Amino acid sequence: MAHERKDAVGLARAIAAGESSAEAAVSEALERARGLGARLACFLSLEPDGALARARELDRARADGRALGPLAGVPIAIKANMATEGFETNCASRILAGYRAPYTATFVQRLVDAGAVPIGVTNMDEFAMGSSGENSAFGPAMNPWDETRTPGGSSSGAAAAVAAGIVPIALGSDTGGSVRQPAAFCGIQGFKPTYGRVSRYGLIAFASSLDQVSPFARTVRDLELVMELMSGADPMDSSSLPMGPMRRGPDTVRLDGLRIGLPKEYLPDGLDGRVRGAVEAAAETLRSLGAEVVEVSLPHTDAAIPCYYVVATAEASSNLARFDGVRYGLRVDGDGSLAGMMAATREAGFGPEVKRRILLGTYVLSSGYYDAWYGQAMKVRRLLRRDFDRAFESCDLVLGPTSPTPAFTLGEKTADPLTMYLNDILTAPASLAGLPAISVPGGFALENGTRLPLGLQLVGPPLEDGRVLHAARAFESATSFHSERPPLFA
Amino acid sequence: MSRPTDDVVTGVVSPKTGQRWIPVLGIEVHCQLKTETKLFSQAPYRFGAEPNTRITAVCTAQPGTLPVLNEAAVALAVRAALALGANVANWSKFDRKNYFYCDLPKGYQITQFDQPYCTGGGVTLPSGRFVRLTRIHMEEDAGKAIHDRGPDTLVDLNRAGVPLIEIVSEADLCSAQEAFDYLTSLKETLQFAGASDCDMEKGSLRCDVNISVHRPGEKWGTKVELKNLNSFRNVMAATEFEILRQIEAYESGDPARFPVQETRAFDAGSGRTRTMRSKEDAHDYRYFPEPDLPPLYLSPEFLQAQAEALPESAPNRRQRYVESMGLSEYDAGVLTATPALARWFEETARLCGSPKDAANWISNEVLRALSDPEIEARSLEDLPVGPDGVAELITLVLSGRVNVPGGREVLRAMLKTGKRAGALLSELGLEQVNDEAQLEAWCQEALVGKDKVIADVLAGKDKAVGALVGPVMKASKGKANPQVVTEILLRLIRSGAAS
Repeated sequence: MAHERKDAVGLARAIAAGESSAEAAVSEALERARGLGARLACFLSLEPDGALARARELDRARADGRALGPLAGVPIAIKANMATEGFETNCASRILAGYRAPYTATFVQRLVDAGAVPIGVTNMDEFAMGSSGENSAFGPAMNPWDETRTPGGSSSGAAAAVAAGIVPIALGSDTGGSVRQPAAFCGIQGFKPTYGRVSRYGLIAFASSLDQVSPFARTVRDLELVMELMSGADPMDSSSLPMGPMRRGPDTVRLDGLRIGLPKEYLPDGLDGRVRGAVEAAAETLRSLGAEVVEVSLPHTDAAIPCYYVVATAEASSNLARFDGVRYGLRVDGDGSLAGMMAATREAGFGPEVKRRILLGTYVLSSGYYDAWYGQAMKVRRLLRRDFDRAFESCDLVLGPTSPTPAFTLGEKTADPLTMYLNDILTAPASLAGLPAISVPGGFALENGTRLPLGLQLVGPPLEDGRVLHAARAFESATSFHSERPPLFA
Repeated sequence: MSRPTDDVVTGVVSPKTGQRWIPVLGIEVHCQLKTETKLFSQAPYRFGAEPNTRITAVCTAQPGTLPVLNEAAVALAVRAALALGANVANWSKFDRKNYFYCDLPKGYQITQFDQPYCTGGGVTLPSGRFVRLTRIHMEEDAGKAIHDRGPDTLVDLNRAGVPLIEIVSEADLCSAQEAFDYLTSLKETLQFAGASDCDMEKGSLRCDVNISVHRPGEKWGTKVELKNLNSFRNVMAATEFEILRQIEAYESGDPARFPVQETRAFDAGSGRTRTMRSKEDAHDYRYFPEPDLPPLYLSPEFLQAQAEALPESAPNRRQRYVESMGLSEYDAGVLTATPALARWFEETARLCGSPKDAANWISNEVLRALSDPEIEARSLEDLPVGPDGVAELITLVLSGRVNVPGGREVLRAMLKTGKRAGALLSELGLEQVNDEAQLEAWCQEALVGKDKVIADVLAGKDKAVGALVGPVMKASKGKANPQVVTEILLRLIRSGAAS
């Protein structure tokens, strides 16, 4: 049976109905991961024994007539910066090569409790720092639509694995766009919740005030289910919001009365015409569903990238201090002194982009520079949030492109970090403002004869995760972009 | 209130020049809060546990773990602040202090930088002088790096994450003695607030002293920080040494020898301080707000609850012991040496109904036993007998079942064996003899041939009878009631029964 054609909800139903089994679904996912997955470098490691054992356990539970969770038997993939007990959780970094997490992240546990079966760990930019997956210490993942191109990043392997039909659901993490941009590049759905809606306990921190666990799927209903299961307060994470699970929006796919704001700053002159066209077409589609489209302004958008690279690198410089060779991971003796061991370990263990960001972050927090950099960035961050607050006075959701371009080729932007950083220009603002945002498949661009997916971003006010997903579901129902498959998946 | 002006400070007279110098001292105290678990994890802490057995994934900074604030630690921190008369802020925040060291698992310490939970307050010295506090903040302790067991550095993370408060004084102190007095008073306040054990030997209290000296009326000198002070005596010794070192340096007239801003370590063996690190080696800690923790809000209700839960202070207890229990100032002082002793005393007094007797028995007998080589226990907690046992004994003495010397013997046996007073009384045969006929018989025996005593008593010198009490007590093997014996002897002499 072609499990890879089904979304998670469909697959779980088939298993529950006895039309398939967890074991069949999981072994097929593992098989595809070893084949297609290896070709695209989606996975850093697979956990076949544990996954199959868990699948058989679920099948026995079903045979015994026991109640199954809503994801029972559904294979899922975990990003390499998420703790799953016993899995190699190396953040695609040499400094953590071989490190197996001694505990399981809250959000992973909640999905496992619902019956999901993690099959392995996906490739990513080292410590989630990057927009193309090329900063992985173990080589980049490839885009299933065009293997010469990036699947986006930092959640590169996760996006590629879902787009290639290996798993219906993969967990990514989004700090400045690390799920939305790869979702756009791979033609799938990627949702970043309101900051604090999903526990970060077990997510290896890049930038603590921005990181959010964010799922990929091929259908919006899968995202809604995952969010219902994963979200809600966690006593292990003080930044998780003290509220229950997310509630999904209404079943209807009409959007009557919903006001969609188009920020003029997201559609600048010189924007790729195909991207602009996709946004305009989407506005038309939403209008046809009953929504009203209005123009809004987010005047500080230009300041988002500098602000983001100060805040994120400052936090990263501190968050990555624990990788010192003392307790776990790589240790290089160096000159034999304690300080020498730490320096040598970090020198050998971190890749160039991670080092660049640690240095940047260390600089912006330094005595004498703090006010000019970090202090200033915190002020800009408040302005960005205020931009959205004002925009949401006249609209209910903001619509724009997810990325200024479709997927670029591997190697195209590695020479110039700044060009790479500009990829986050449309996703970083919602991250800095802590807002829920989704990237939905919104069209295709032809590039040298290859069809490349385009993503559209919908951003909602804080805690309106259900509204964002509802609008995405309505858009999905009125379009067919999400059901198109990359040629090698066909 | 402020630092006393130079003209009223005694100061230190230079042994070389006879000039008067004014020392300026401020003290930073790190004090472990007495909680079951750590500041940001559920790991239980106990001093002296096997290395790396009191740790969780949070304590070892496993990637992906997050801090969760321990409310019990906040409650104790607030109580310490209230006991020191300080102002507790409704809002404060936590920050990260970044530096690399092998005993600091996260590569940063979670502390409070520019918005501490507490400001102001102070400590009153025995001299009556008030020493102001600048601030108190909460932070986590680091682990321990051990460098002296073989070629490798060993790391024990048991202590990593233990809750601390750092108490920073103003530069109000003027002498080594004041530094000692300040620390003594501060320790008593924190102990009686139930916030900390303040045991320097176990590292639950640590202090650094900042010192400068200047000539009266002149600008303050360069500040030097002293570390490695592991007892209050060492604080005094180090401070005294450092003050003289600085005076001598200035008096040399050679600017190259003048004190520089640095951290110096005290070596208790030589009694000297030596350079540990200079200002140039100072870290840039890159403080920034801890993004993993929301701002700390302490509601008026929470603060009120901590104020109500604050145990009575030592000075208040002493006053109450003197004024409403009739104890001497001296006994009140002895019995408030530690909160445990004060509680012990109060419980004993309540159970036996006589605070004065409880005070006497505890300060004379129980405390002495703690230094008695024949008795194992070295602390009240280790004694096999509690306040109820001692109260029972006191009651037996007060009711005349055993005399005071017998009672002492029983108590010693109790402290050795843990047995109850009643049982030991019969076991040791120390039950007081109150049988009149038996006592009269012993008295008659004692009077035989003591004509001089009899004559004296008949001449009105009742005290002379005292010479006969001893022999009667001896005859009774100590079990007679000496007061009753005296009465019987006098009666026998006066009635002419003795002849």
